Amino acid sequence: MPMEEMTQSASALDAIQVALAQGIPLTREQALYLYHEAPLLTLGRMAAARRVALHPEGEVSFVVDRNVNYTNICSCQCRFCAFYRDISDPQGYVLSTDEICAKVEELVECGGTQLLMQGGIHPELSLSWFEELFTHLRQRFPSVQIHSLSPAEVVHLAAHAGLGLRECIQRLQAAGLESIPGGGAEVLVDAVRSHISPNKIGWRKWAEVMEVAHSLGMKTTATLMFGCGETPEQLIEHLLRVREIQARSGGFTAFISWSYQPDNTELGREIRAGATGTDYLRVVALSRLVLDNIPNIQASWVTQGARMAQVALRFGANDMGGTMLEENVVAAAGVSFRMSQAEIIHLIRSAGFTPVRRTTGYQVLERY
Amino acid sequence: MNNMNTFFATLRAKIEQGQRITDAEALQLFEADDLLAIGDLADLANRKKNGTRVFFNVNRHINYTNVCVNHCRFCAFCKDGSDPGAYTYNLSQVLEKAAAASAAGATELHMVGGLHPELPFEFYLRLLATIKANNPAIKIKAFTAVEIDYFSRISGLEVEEVIRELMRLGLDSTPGGGAEIFAPEIRQQICPEKISAARWLEVTEKIHAAGLKSNATMLFGHIENYSHRVDHLCKLRALQDRSGGFQAFIPLAFQTQNSNIKVEHGPDGIDCLKTLAISRIYLDNFQHIKAYWVMLGLKISQVALHFGVNDLDGTVVEEKIGHDAGADSPQALGKEEIIRQIRSAGRTPVERDTLYQDLQVY
Repeated sequence: MPMEEMTQSASALDAIQVALAQGIPLTREQALYLYHEAPLLTLGRMAAARRVALHPEGEVSFVVDRNVNYTNICSCQCRFCAFYRDISDPQGYVLSTDEICAKVEELVECGGTQLLMQGGIHPELSLSWFEELFTHLRQRFPSVQIHSLSPAEVVHLAAHAGLGLRECIQRLQAAGLESIPGGGAEVLVDAVRSHISPNKIGWRKWAEVMEVAHSLGMKTTATLMFGCGETPEQLIEHLLRVREIQARSGGFTAFISWSYQPDNTELGREIRAGATGTDYLRVVALSRLVLDNIPNIQASWVTQGARMAQVALRFGANDMGGTMLEENVVAAAGVSFRMSQAEIIHLIRSAGFTPVRRTTGYQVLERY
Repeated sequence: MNNMNTFFATLRAKIEQGQRITDAEALQLFEADDLLAIGDLADLANRKKNGTRVFFNVNRHINYTNVCVNHCRFCAFCKDGSDPGAYTYNLSQVLEKAAAASAAGATELHMVGGLHPELPFEFYLRLLATIKANNPAIKIKAFTAVEIDYFSRISGLEVEEVIRELMRLGLDSTPGGGAEIFAPEIRQQICPEKISAARWLEVTEKIHAAGLKSNATMLFGHIENYSHRVDHLCKLRALQDRSGGFQAFIPLAFQTQNSNIKVEHGPDGIDCLKTLAISRIYLDNFQHIKAYWVMLGLKISQVALHFGVNDLDGTVVEEKIGHDAGADSPQALGKEEIIRQIRSAGRTPVERDTLYQDLQVY
């Protein structure tokens, strides 16, 4: 690198460091600069410093949870997904209330506190089906927070019931839905969405569901699925949109990025290879730096493996997500990592942090 | 904190000036918490030696037998001859695999196996000769120091003679396996029947003296502590000073499954990166540090290219030893995929042969 360029890059990085130290949100240009130019370890160090500033107590949290995929029948048919089945497919299923309860019962027996129930967009399951289910679950398992559905499912339920979004979410909330996971965000840029998930709601609708939920006092998370053909500009756009929504409504508790898993998917014929380890760490670090108004960054051991998730704790992440007693969607795309609570605690501790079991709302339940 | 800053600054100056770090400093690095600072030092040391070039090769593993008279406690691969899962390839099976490897563009066969109680030394010589006769272009990297010692015992020949015979019939280099951990108190517990560290080093020195290059490994993340790792690195650096015959150092992450060493957790991600990085910083007389993705996982191996690693091993095809111990990495990687992984780390992929000659820069 010629001396002039080196000086330039040093000064650009310096300016970013100054902005971060003063709590000034990074600009689009600065975010892009970091994405393209910052050495991996420099990016990691900057993100780790932000993490310390936001979470000086040196704790890394996790939640004991279970995914219950109540159906794999889905009218969206996203091209990146290996999980969905058509309604006429013999492999399609819908779990009964009894089956769902049996799974939640197992979760409770393990001391679990979070139920992450997501499915396909089943064309025939109605709002009242969910109302009855949630009412029943809340009565029978009061210690478990129903952290379920996703904006795409909520939008479908509202349309199916002929209701506005606000009324639909209010009714789900009244029935027992306490928070909404941020799935289905993929990349919040419609040019990407129309390619990878043409039948799924657009980014504005995703944002609207989240803002309405936040206005009703619900907390949610936000996710990103990267490595599905988006450009760096689109990836940064996603981060900025999440930051803007948060600035208006303030209800995101955490941001979770994971990489597209190409096996067994239609999109996998175009994009055979998933994101690499350095890609993942760059995105984790960048999300910590750009999303200054979101308190928690989760590492995704489900998609990256235990070793990478642990390393992500040194690149700005402060949460290990859930213990995931059951996971089907990522497994369908050919990746199945398993971790016990004991392993998660061990990984956090050996990374030099205090392991903390938390609620969905990031209240500490136990320190280890 | 200030003390640590001074410590890292001292090491940085040493690396910049081409001075080596001491055993005490290596130990302090292992005990240090700042993974990214360690990574920076390793990256500096690596760039001074190798620039932005990262090597890989197109190879195939042939584990010709899993029958082994040693019963190393960490090993999930070895079988007794009477065990149901025991196997030994015959000559034509090995030839078939070698031919397939040649046809697929492999430039190297990586051939290691158990210490078989019945196969005579002549079997191995015939193996080499036949492979070479049928695949003259392929390089054979085969037989660890442990196997070469064993050949000497079963044949009654001196180690020097064994090596000479193997070379005469086509051996091009040797891998670095069987080093495990040198410290006797650990070695006795994990592989009591295996040759001692002193013998491993002695045989390796003879391999180098005969003009063959070899690698060196270290099995880490089981019951050893950081001092044992530093002791291991120290003995390798000292031998390399004398012989200069080591090409790459390859830290192997212990795999917990199906092993008789009962430790709850294998080495975690941070430990893997740290160990690779400290190896790069300490082993100033080794040109190459290799991330063996079969045992580390591909993502960590690729990230390791920023932690001092300059060799991503090979395309591998049909690896059995690590996978029997629960490695969840794929069985093989395409050449395009390795190239993509290296590029994604911002480095220059260089396909090499067994002796680290450039074959093609991508």
